Amino acid sequence: MAGASKAVVDSRANLPFVYRQYSPEQLRQVLHKMYLIRRFEEGAEECYMRGLIHGTMHLSIGQEASAMGICMPLAEDDQITSTHRGHGHCIAKGAEVSRMFAEFFGKTTGYCKGRGGSMHIADVAKGNLGANGIVAGGIPIAVGAALSSKMMKTGKVVVSFFGDGANNEGAFHEALNMAAIWKLPVIFVCENNGYGMSTSTARSTAVKNIAERAAAYSMPGVIVNGNIFSEVAEASFKAVERARAGEGPTLIESKTYRHRGHSKSDRNRYRTKEEIEDWMANRDPITLFENELRDFGFIDEQGIEAIRDAVAKEIADGIEFAKASPAPEIATLENYVYTEHA
Amino acid sequence: MDAAVRELSYAQAIQEAMAIAMDMDERVFLMGEDIGVYGGAFQVTGDLVERYGTDRVIDTPISELGGAGVAVGAAVTGMRPIFEFQFSDFATLGMEQIVNQAAKMRFMLGGEVSVPLVMRFPAGSGTGAAAQHSQSLEAWLGHVPGLKVIQPATPHDAKGMLLAAVADPDPVMIFEHKLLYKMKGHVPEGHYTVPIGKAEIRRQGRDLTIVATSIMVQKALDAAATLEGEGIDIEVVDLRTIRPIDRQTVIDSVKKTSRLLCVYEAVKTLGIGAEVSALVAESEAFDYLDAPIVRLGGAETPIPYNPDLEKATVPQVPDIIAAARDLVKGVR
Repeated sequence: MAGASKAVVDSRANLPFVYRQYSPEQLRQVLHKMYLIRRFEEGAEECYMRGLIHGTMHLSIGQEASAMGICMPLAEDDQITSTHRGHGHCIAKGAEVSRMFAEFFGKTTGYCKGRGGSMHIADVAKGNLGANGIVAGGIPIAVGAALSSKMMKTGKVVVSFFGDGANNEGAFHEALNMAAIWKLPVIFVCENNGYGMSTSTARSTAVKNIAERAAAYSMPGVIVNGNIFSEVAEASFKAVERARAGEGPTLIESKTYRHRGHSKSDRNRYRTKEEIEDWMANRDPITLFENELRDFGFIDEQGIEAIRDAVAKEIADGIEFAKASPAPEIATLENYVYTEHA
Repeated sequence: MDAAVRELSYAQAIQEAMAIAMDMDERVFLMGEDIGVYGGAFQVTGDLVERYGTDRVIDTPISELGGAGVAVGAAVTGMRPIFEFQFSDFATLGMEQIVNQAAKMRFMLGGEVSVPLVMRFPAGSGTGAAAQHSQSLEAWLGHVPGLKVIQPATPHDAKGMLLAAVADPDPVMIFEHKLLYKMKGHVPEGHYTVPIGKAEIRRQGRDLTIVATSIMVQKALDAAATLEGEGIDIEVVDLRTIRPIDRQTVIDSVKKTSRLLCVYEAVKTLGIGAEVSALVAESEAFDYLDAPIVRLGGAETPIPYNPDLEKATVPQVPDIIAAARDLVKGVR
């Protein structure tokens, strides 16, 4: 992305990373997208409650700064693998909410033509190789994509998002080891929201910080406050530079919190109401970023209102698009199992 | 040497196919455990690392799950990996990536990607390697839509089907019986393909159809040669591909001979023989049957270490002869 002009940079010398690195317009776009992620998931949740969407979904409400911060330094043809909690990653990498809603509604206009749904949402054209229903399933795939980048000399960087639960899967360890020995351009992003379904990291994980796992694979392990956009973006920026320079992978632990339950079956018996309310009231990533933007003079109330209105319209239009789109014909059931020969 | 009669071993044929694939397409590369300087546990990759370098003949750590996943990721993003499992038994360690990812990715993403991935699995018993290095797990993978599963039975097919697999846009799983690696046979020079999904009639006959897979094809041919002396005329169908299965060749053969014997090394129950039996029973060939369908498969046991027990676990030529004779003479 284009940097800010020198005069503007000088006046921001004492501000956090993103305010020095990116233009005010770019940062307002970030706020726009954070709202878009939040309202998309709220909209999807409402459609689910009203019976318009079936199945289940895993909401990332509360984790928007993590998705946006990591994707901020990525180019359009850089690639990501995502998780079951992947709506934010998908939007952050450039997806249109209309086609995401269409997928959730199971329509042919959806990103996966109604075959994948929430848990397999992807946008290959924008470099999102897909969410994944298997914990840690996308991590070796990201390493493979990074191997392609190295072998084909495309210069692409690959980000693998996963949750804290994945850090105890064998695939995580095998993949980090291979990425390190082959110095591949991949960034491992652990979004640690404190719970693998109901089991806290304290109960499931031998190390205090998942970033400590990086030491076992001789790569930098970085801990960031995942609810502060600038902190996440700065860590990602450095990891991308390292990857592009051929210096190998980085493990970023983005400490965050999901406001909602694990999925739609969650009764929230493993955490307290007070804990959830504290995160929502005092550490909401959108509120924190919006306040910074306002305090630093990058946006005013009118600008914020304009973003909220624009997002509300995008969401309403997206849901209408999904509703109006055609469902797949039953006769097409076996399409896409194999590549069709011309 | 006369090109028309050039002979290679099954392992050499695979190695030649991989070399041709790498010469033809720079996206093709090899991954696996000890496939570089060691040459592979069965010397299938041999000295390829000397010719193509460590960038294209990649030794992986002993990480079957991660390695399989790396191959899937590379395939989805433009490369054409050929991934060797050291033993087919180790597919169990990589099953997540094979079954949940490679097989389903194109479907889950609505056709937005293809997964042009080849995986090779040295399979089968007969080497004294006991229960964890001798299994035949092809039917496991044959049960998964999205995968193609092949079992070449000759050096000619081992080369031609591997080259077909590399050219295929979808994941192809190749099960290679370890006892076949040293089998010699005619292998043409240069590039050619043998189609995936087409069975081959190895021997024409009129009294009985034997549908066999992999090493059982040769055993069936040996049995047929013996029974010829008794006036029993056997047709041997080499299935070659178990997904997608070539129904028509099997059905047409049974319509001709009116008897069916399925012979395969994997555990008999819920195996490929059940599928072949059922496809015949569901077809117009059912009306042509003069005898019950018979399956000869592996015993309901893990593969034992003791060599006599090991041999007794899987069908041998005398077992095939006895079953075929009984079928044709109406004892069954």
